[in-house]
Amino acid sequence: MDIKYDYDLLVIGSGPGGYVAAIRASQLGLKTAIIEKDKPGGVCLNVGCIPSKALINQAEIYRNRDQLENMGIRLDESGFDYSKVFKKSRKAANTLAKGVEYLLKKNKVELIMGEGFIESPNRVKVGDRSLGAKNIIIATGSSPRQIPGFPIDETKVLSSTGALMLEELPKDIIILGAGAIGMEFAHILNSFGVEVCVVEMMDSILPLEDKEAARVLHRALQKRGIKFHTSTKAISMEEKDSGRILVILEDAKGNRTEKEAEKILVAVGRQPNTHGIGLENLGIETIRGFVPVDDYYQTKVQGVFAIGDIVDSPLLAHVASKEGEIAAEFIAGHEPEPRIDPNTIPSAVYCEPQIASFGYTEERAIQEGISYEKAVFPYRGAGKSVAIEKSEGMVKILYDPITHEILGGHIVGAEATELIHELLLAKWGELLPGDIASMIHAHPTLTEAVMEAARNADGWAIHM
Amino acid sequence: MAEKILMIALSPTMKTGLISKWEKKEGEKVESGDLLCQVETDKATMDYESIQEGTLLKILVHEGEQARIGSPIAIIGEGGEDISDLLSDIETDMEGITDDGKIGPEEDTTSSISITETGEESSGDRVIASPLARRMAQQQGIDLSLIKGSGPRGRIIKRDILEAVARLEKSNLGMPKTTSQILPTSSDEVIQVSTKRRIIAERLAESKYSAPHYYLRLKVLSDNFMEARKLLNITLNKKVSVNAFIVKFVAEAIKRHPIMNSTWQGETILRHASIDIGLAVAQNDGLITPVVRDCGNKGIIEIDRELKELIDKALNNQLTPSEYSGATFTISNLGSYGIEEFTAIINPPGSAILAIGKMGKEPTIVDGDKIEIRTLMTLTLSCDHRVIDGAVGAAFLKDLKDIMENPIRVLY
Repeated sequence: MDIKYDYDLLVIGSGPGGYVAAIRASQLGLKTAIIEKDKPGGVCLNVGCIPSKALINQAEIYRNRDQLENMGIRLDESGFDYSKVFKKSRKAANTLAKGVEYLLKKNKVELIMGEGFIESPNRVKVGDRSLGAKNIIIATGSSPRQIPGFPIDETKVLSSTGALMLEELPKDIIILGAGAIGMEFAHILNSFGVEVCVVEMMDSILPLEDKEAARVLHRALQKRGIKFHTSTKAISMEEKDSGRILVILEDAKGNRTEKEAEKILVAVGRQPNTHGIGLENLGIETIRGFVPVDDYYQTKVQGVFAIGDIVDSPLLAHVASKEGEIAAEFIAGHEPEPRIDPNTIPSAVYCEPQIASFGYTEERAIQEGISYEKAVFPYRGAGKSVAIEKSEGMVKILYDPITHEILGGHIVGAEATELIHELLLAKWGELLPGDIASMIHAHPTLTEAVMEAARNADGWAIHM
Repeated sequence: MAEKILMIALSPTMKTGLISKWEKKEGEKVESGDLLCQVETDKATMDYESIQEGTLLKILVHEGEQARIGSPIAIIGEGGEDISDLLSDIETDMEGITDDGKIGPEEDTTSSISITETGEESSGDRVIASPLARRMAQQQGIDLSLIKGSGPRGRIIKRDILEAVARLEKSNLGMPKTTSQILPTSSDEVIQVSTKRRIIAERLAESKYSAPHYYLRLKVLSDNFMEARKLLNITLNKKVSVNAFIVKFVAEAIKRHPIMNSTWQGETILRHASIDIGLAVAQNDGLITPVVRDCGNKGIIEIDRELKELIDKALNNQLTPSEYSGATFTISNLGSYGIEEFTAIINPPGSAILAIGKMGKEPTIVDGDKIEIRTLMTLTLSCDHRVIDGAVGAAFLKDLKDIMENPIRVLY
């Protein structure tokens, strides 16, 4: 006899992985509920992607105010109040969190507030309720990673969450970690006039990005006065009597220096939230903190799935959403394309200039012995970039020398995070650079730089 | 209004058809249902009946030429109608597919690739493939029209080309990848590979390379069963073939070991409810396996009658696809050539094939240590190890031997 469960599917966590999985499952006819301990939308909407983009947008308006001055407009900055900037970012987050709530409701997904705890493969406890579910998707996301010696208190030593919640600006800040999160905060805070110092263990900023693209951003930020210490470790910190924080840094040669600032931002990555959710009741053991899953994101326990930041794939919202779709479709008895091809996952860093990419970097291709050729085109060759004064940047396409298959795409420059999708769609649909090259692009647009780079694969860029 | 007449799929595995004879001439009136032409498919020669009415305005594919499914072979319209637009349309349609829309025998000997599993044929003129897949196919000399796409809406993508290349490399093992490997001398004869021959080659190579074969062999005392046949022949006053007996005995043995009647499907194994036994029949230009359906529920007389009909049709190239496809078990008997024993290649979708050697008298040790002259026959069973393990195949073969040696065992 079939056991009757309360739900066909219970999703734990309503971040971009969880809520997308729940809605997809409900679309496919599964009786679905989603459990959320905080606010619908998870980190992404509440203390991640969305509020940070709201801050970045305002930072860029503020930073580029000199453009108004260039028109002869005199600005009175005395009324500048960062708390207004902060409030606007919260408004964006709240609007979208409500949006998620609305979407869940519209799609008949029941939202259960509380902390979910898995008791058995078919039982989840929320508060004093025990819910029966035929399937469970764990989508509990991740938290900022800590490093020894730098305990996060969110007042002096901040995580990205604390940095987003700042209601007033510090005079200066030391950012530990030059990944996407560190660079975006460096960009925001520098734009508002905070003195920023970035410390990175690796020898370049954004170590996973194409070196050439990262260098363009590095130089641009340096020019704006951000100080960088690459190949440098933060050893320890102490709070001085003045209330300022003193940090001991050690470079690759072992030379120690001291730096001090009002606040520290620890942005050294994120770690999966796999504790306290009952994995032990399922006999699931994590590997480096991640939950092992198969090609459809099913754990070793049948009917229990894990997606998003708690599985070993890039910790990105859009990856979590895709994994949620795959798991939900699989549970509903469909046959989704299993497991994401990592070379088709875009990444986006929102600074000025932006960096966006997917697939192989030159460094990784060399490391893995993949032969490639590259086609590059500078932004300044596209008329629009000059007209709008955003001529800094380039488009780089890596492709297979024989088949011309696109292996990777890297764009640094204005709107790179939007432009990358033309290259990515080409990769996804197995189009070749030649297809982009011969497609008519509207003039004047920045996408002309993408077209010209593609033309360069066959050596015939016109504006170079 | 003139219309294109397209090559249609006349058998499930057919990819191209060779027009062996046009029954209508250009300018001749055609009624719906009239025989237009004879088409040699991969297995048989089929009649192509017209569903259009009008005048046959132009023959595009001439006798002896091949056309892919969905490509135009003729134009029918009203007498005297101007068809130049239609003709130029057809020419443009065909560009980028093959040279002229026909797969001539010359091109066909190149490293063409096909998917052997039957299924929906992609119809229509245009091959849908990603630009990357097109480029790779061109670089590898692969005919895209013979590949089934696995991308969105059947689009051929990189993965399909890689799979096709892998399959090609397997089936061309030891052979150079390029087209004409050896230049023939004047006294050598170059034989064009017919569609049928190509399908046979592909199917058997696919089976041999993908199914791990193993072989079991034993000798069967055939005196009792020949005696039984003699009695039956006297009763019926006609000859029931040895093959009919073997088919019946095999069906009875399969009933005791139903896994013998299965198909490997990668993720699953399909155990067929109906025992459909194919018998390999040699033809002038190849071979074919007519299938007697549901042998488990048929008597020997019925099996014999059906076999005779099917073999007759096979020899005259008249079998329809439903009569020769989908054998769940196959028998190949080369006894009449005096072959003592041989091993056969499994005929998909079946997972086993039984090879029958000649029946002949041999000195045999019976009853401990007595030597007697007895009639013996050697059976060799080829099994797909993915489906049938050694002991399972052996138990089946032993039961088959018991039944053949004591036909009364059919009863229990």
